[in-house]
Formats: sequence, structure tokens, C-alpha cells
Amino acid sequence: MPAMLRNLAQRLGMMAHSFDGGIHPSDHKLGAGLHSEPCPLSPVHILPMKMHIGEACLPLVAVGDRVLRGQKIARSEGYVSVPVHAPTSGRVVRIEEYAIPHPSGMGMPSIIIESDGDDASDDSLEPITDWRNTDPALLRERARMCGLAGLGGAVFPTFIKLVQDSRFPIETVVLNGIECEPWLTTDHRLMLEYADEILTGLAIIMHMVNTDSAIIAIEDNKSDAAEAIEQALALRDDLEGARVVLLPTRYPQGSEKQLIYSLTGREVPAGKLPMHIGMLCQNVATARALYRAVVRAEPLTERLVTVSGDAMPRPANLHVRIGTPMRYVFAQQGLTDFEDVRILHGGPMMGELLRHPDVPVVKSTNGMLAMLEASFMGGHTQEQACIRCGHCSEACPAGLVPNLLADQCRSDQFEKAESYDLFDCIECGACSYVCPSNIPLVHYFRYGKGQIAQQRREKSFAEASRLRSEAREMRIERENQARAARRSSVRKTHAPAAESTAKTDAAGDSAADKTDEGSKD
Amino acid sequence: MTGLLYALLSLGTFALLAGIVLAVAQKVFHVEGDPMVDKIDALLPQTQCGQCGYPGCKPYATAVASEGEEVNHCVPGGERTMLAIADLMGVEPKAVEQEAAAPMLAFVREDECIGCTLCIKACPVDAIIGAPKQYHTVLADHCTGCELCVEPCPVDCIDMLVKPELIEHWSWPLPETRRSRLGHERREHHAGHA
Repeated sequence: MPAMLRNLAQRLGMMAHSFDGGIHPSDHKLGAGLHSEPCPLSPVHILPMKMHIGEACLPLVAVGDRVLRGQKIARSEGYVSVPVHAPTSGRVVRIEEYAIPHPSGMGMPSIIIESDGDDASDDSLEPITDWRNTDPALLRERARMCGLAGLGGAVFPTFIKLVQDSRFPIETVVLNGIECEPWLTTDHRLMLEYADEILTGLAIIMHMVNTDSAIIAIEDNKSDAAEAIEQALALRDDLEGARVVLLPTRYPQGSEKQLIYSLTGREVPAGKLPMHIGMLCQNVATARALYRAVVRAEPLTERLVTVSGDAMPRPANLHVRIGTPMRYVFAQQGLTDFEDVRILHGGPMMGELLRHPDVPVVKSTNGMLAMLEASFMGGHTQEQACIRCGHCSEACPAGLVPNLLADQCRSDQFEKAESYDLFDCIECGACSYVCPSNIPLVHYFRYGKGQIAQQRREKSFAEASRLRSEAREMRIERENQARAARRSSVRKTHAPAAESTAKTDAAGDSAADKTDEGSKD
Repeated sequence: MTGLLYALLSLGTFALLAGIVLAVAQKVFHVEGDPMVDKIDALLPQTQCGQCGYPGCKPYATAVASEGEEVNHCVPGGERTMLAIADLMGVEPKAVEQEAAAPMLAFVREDECIGCTLCIKACPVDAIIGAPKQYHTVLADHCTGCELCVEPCPVDCIDMLVKPELIEHWSWPLPETRRSRLGHERREHHAGHA
């Protein structure tokens, strides 16, 4: 349907709102029917000092220290940061750089813990069972202390969003159970198995931001999850204002801004956050983690991970301790040979391709996919010329013109790309997916964004250097003037005496000269 | 005769008025310094390294703007800076003679430092701290890698290290496809002959 007609129909209330663009990739949700199970305890855990968006942490433990499960082992530096906790009891064996799941393949300072097998917990944190009568600021501190970060994949520190700001009061909390990425089934399983924990988490969020309205958004390919949530909701009397909304399945509906538009017809302006239009979006897994942090006093040391992919002998949904090496998790499900296998961290649309499985599971790991080399490379045939078909613009959920942006990024016309709103791109990959010429559009955007960020960094460094150098010149100038002033004032006060000393000096000098000459002779 | 008088009078008055307007405009819109110098200075990397033969970025910018100095002397700025200056000055780009090295960082081997403060005086951006007879150290966040501190050190205890690459500063390379390479090369070629 033409966009204008659809807009009109939506305005008149004849049609549900729905974000522009989007695609329908086949969903491959192999793990949807598999009950979640705990992953055995790994003998080693690797805890990178940064598993969230923001500043890295500083280690609090030293090599040789004994730690307990849930013990804080690294403290946060700066505001946008959350601490790191030991996932099990054991001994710190090394603190060194270790590879993390990152497209660069680079490492990050990490604490490496050898488990002792006891899995003893640190019980110093008190549960807050009466959270309804607890100051939201205390709960917020609890969320920070327990290391909560958005478990949907963006890992933005949760406590920052859970705030009552008088300028931007939150009207509606959106609980995101969309999980639109193909293959991934963690949120699906959580909603089926832990509906009540998720709803308590939601109630805590609503108490913290002081609102009584909430929407639990679920896609219609997970109607069983929606039913489970509805049933759990019916048994509770404290969530009157919460309702379940079943949305038609479309990728990338789980993206915050697109989801809010689908639910309310309101757009989050570019460069703004949902809170600026009175919305707060949290993932179902984060809500459950918040429940466990508050009511059970459990820091974030474990998360549900979809282990799947077409090269996976036994797909599963595993509760994996954070820091468990991926190779160990894959081995539990029967995958030990990584020849001709590509590993993805996250889903196939937005996930990162990993170079090897020797990286730890981190807070953002919602999925680990092992894909066959052949099926993986099927989508990456040779890049052809753009034929201006416009499919990418139609698929773009952010209303951008991907083919144009890709041209600009490829040829380093970054100002132009920025003026065409490159930074509004959410890197969902819908454009690359539909491109008949196999242009790696999102890859170009990532290149462009990286180059622009680099230029900005260089510029601000140059500016800071310029200021420092100017300040230095001014200081030298000032010092010279002060010295000159001192000299002249000394001359003035000691004028007659100075003259006589000057004379004697001169006399002495000539005498010295003479003696020098004499000695030379 | 009166016609001629009128013509002379009206033209004379007009000339006088125009003169007053110009005089006022010169006072009101007076610009301190040469705006071109600041514009060029803003394009330079501000390492203050002196590799261009001038004692800093601003003096080089002044030389380019007013003394007709060549645009290709900035070594750390590399080709990008040269192209930007050439574009701004409206002159033909010239190849940069010296390849820019990887970003460097000065490092003082503290156990060998004798605390002479010579490097502190040499640093153009005040990025070395210390006091007489105390160890000196380089503030890594502010060091521009200009190497001006290496020469004055009497005990040769300053090393230039390659600046470590941070994972936060890592950025995606261009996709490894033929078209991406070709398109990028073509663009660079055009930029070089703009």
C-alpha cells in the first residue's frame, strides 16, 4: 500500500500503526520449543572490564585472591558504567588482556577466575522484598550495584534509564519481548518459563519511574509467550495498567524507536531518547534481572543464551554464567570442531562475526550461532553495481536512502553523508538483506560512522593541543614580562650601588681577563 | 551651466556619502588579524612538531596564508591536511614529501631520568610534568608525539612508542569487495587532481 494512503488510514484509526520499512527474514527459531537448562560450570571464567556501553571498570581484586559468586570484582569508573561481579567462587589466576566478542578481534583487560567447584555465593547483599515501600533511588542504586545493563543486546546501563526526571515524566513503560532477530529464542523462553519474575520486574520498574501504565509487546510468532504472560498477568492484582500487545512479526520491530512507533504512533525524534516523549523501554530479560537483583539480591552473573545455528548438533537455550568461554559452551552442545564453521555473537542480522570461539560470554550475549561456512557465504556473493531499484529505501525503518549513503561513505564524502542523517541509521541490516546487487550497505555505514568519529576525535585533540600550546606561550610571555619587571625594579632601587658594582665588576672582569691572558702566555 | 552644476553637486554629494559609509564600515566590520591564518590553523593537527620548518602550527599557517609558503609541508597532517589547505587556498595540491608515521607517544624511562626539566621546557603542549631533581613523566592523553623532547634529554631516557590502539577507537574498515576498493581509489584520484 502506498505510504501516503497507509498514513491516512492510520491517522483515521482504521489501521494499526506500524513503522515504515522492515523485512520478513525466515525466522529459524530452532530453540523456541526447547526448555531452558543450566550450562555446566566452566573451570575458568574470563571477565572483561567492560561489558556495557560506557566507561571500563577497574579491578578490585589481585591475582591469588579468593572470590565468591556475586562478589564485586571491578568497580565502575564514571557515570555510564556498572560494576563486574564474579560468576562463581574460585581464585583469581590472572589479570590480563583477553580477546572479547568484538568485530575487531581485539582484547580488553580481563579478570580470569579459576572456579573451585563449590559455587559459594557472597551473601552480603540484603534482599529488598518490600520494594513497593522502598525509595526508588535505593532501588536504582541496587540496579547499578548489581551490574544490570540492557540484556537485549545494547547493554546500556539499566539504572540510568530508571530515573524520575521532573522534566520528562515517564507515562508508559514498554516491556520489549519482540525478539525479532532470526534464530534467537531467549526472550521467548524467558516469557514462557519466568512470566511471573518478568512481571514483578516490570512492577518494580513501574514503581521506580512512578507510572501505572505499561505495554508488554510481543510478536505474533510467539503467541504462546503472549498467552503465558496474559495468564500470569490475570493472577496478579498489582498490574492493572499493564496490557499485552501482539504485533505482526516484522524485522526490526524490536528496535526501541520502531517499537514505540508501532505501539503508539509517536516518533522519537532524531538524537532524542524515548524518555523525551514519556516512554521507557526495557527488555524482558532485563526486567527479570532487575527482579532477581532487588528481591533475591542476586547480581547479574548469569544470562540466558540461545546456542543455535545450522552447524549446531544440539541447539539449546542455556543459562550461562557470564565469563564462560564460548568454546566450552559450544562443547556442551556437541560442537568441538570449528573447521568450516562461522561463529556469530548475537543474531544473524545485527550480530558480530567472531574470529574464534576463545572469547567469553558477556552481558550482551543473547545468542551464539554456529553457521556452516557454505550457508554463511551464500549471502555474501560479489558486490554488483547499484541498479537504483529503491528496495533499500523501502526496507529502511529509519526512512533513510541507503544506496546514496553507501556511495557517500565509500567515497569519503562524510559531511554529505552526515547531512543525509547517517547517524540515524540503526544498522539493522534490512537494506543489505534486500539488496539485489549484494551491496554490503551496513558495512559502508559502519565505515562512515567510524571515520567520522575518528575525525571528530582528531579535531578535538587538535583543538585541545592548540589551547595548551597557546596557554604555554602566554605563560612564557607572562614569565618573561615578570622577570623583566623584576629586573628593572631591582635596577631602580639599587641604582647608585648597582653602578658602582658594575664598575668594580668591569674592573674585576678586565683584571680577570688580564690574568687569563697572563696565564695563557 | 546650471545643469552642469547640478550634476557636479549631486555626484559630489554621492561620493561624499559613499566615502562616509566606507569609513564607518571599516571601523564597524574591522577584523582583527588575518582570518585565513585561523582557518588554516584549524586544519592543522596542532602537534607543534616543527617538521614543516616553522616553530609551530600557527607560524606555518601564517606563512602559508601571507608568505606564499607551499601547502605540503605538514608531515603529521599527511595528504588529507594538504588537500584541505590546498582547497581552502585555491591552489594546486602538491604531493606530501614525507610519509606520516604512525601516531607516537613519548615515554620517559623514569629510573634513568635525572630530573633536569629540559624536556619539560621543550614540550610545546605542556604534556610533561615534573620538577627539578624529580622524575618527569609524560601525560599520555596530551602528548602529540612531536619528538621535541627527545633531543634535549641529556641522558637519552625518552622513548617514542607507537600509540596503543584502543578498542573504543577501533573503526570498521571498508568492505573487502572489488567495487568498494575501486570506488574509493577513484575518489582519492579525483581528490588529488581537484
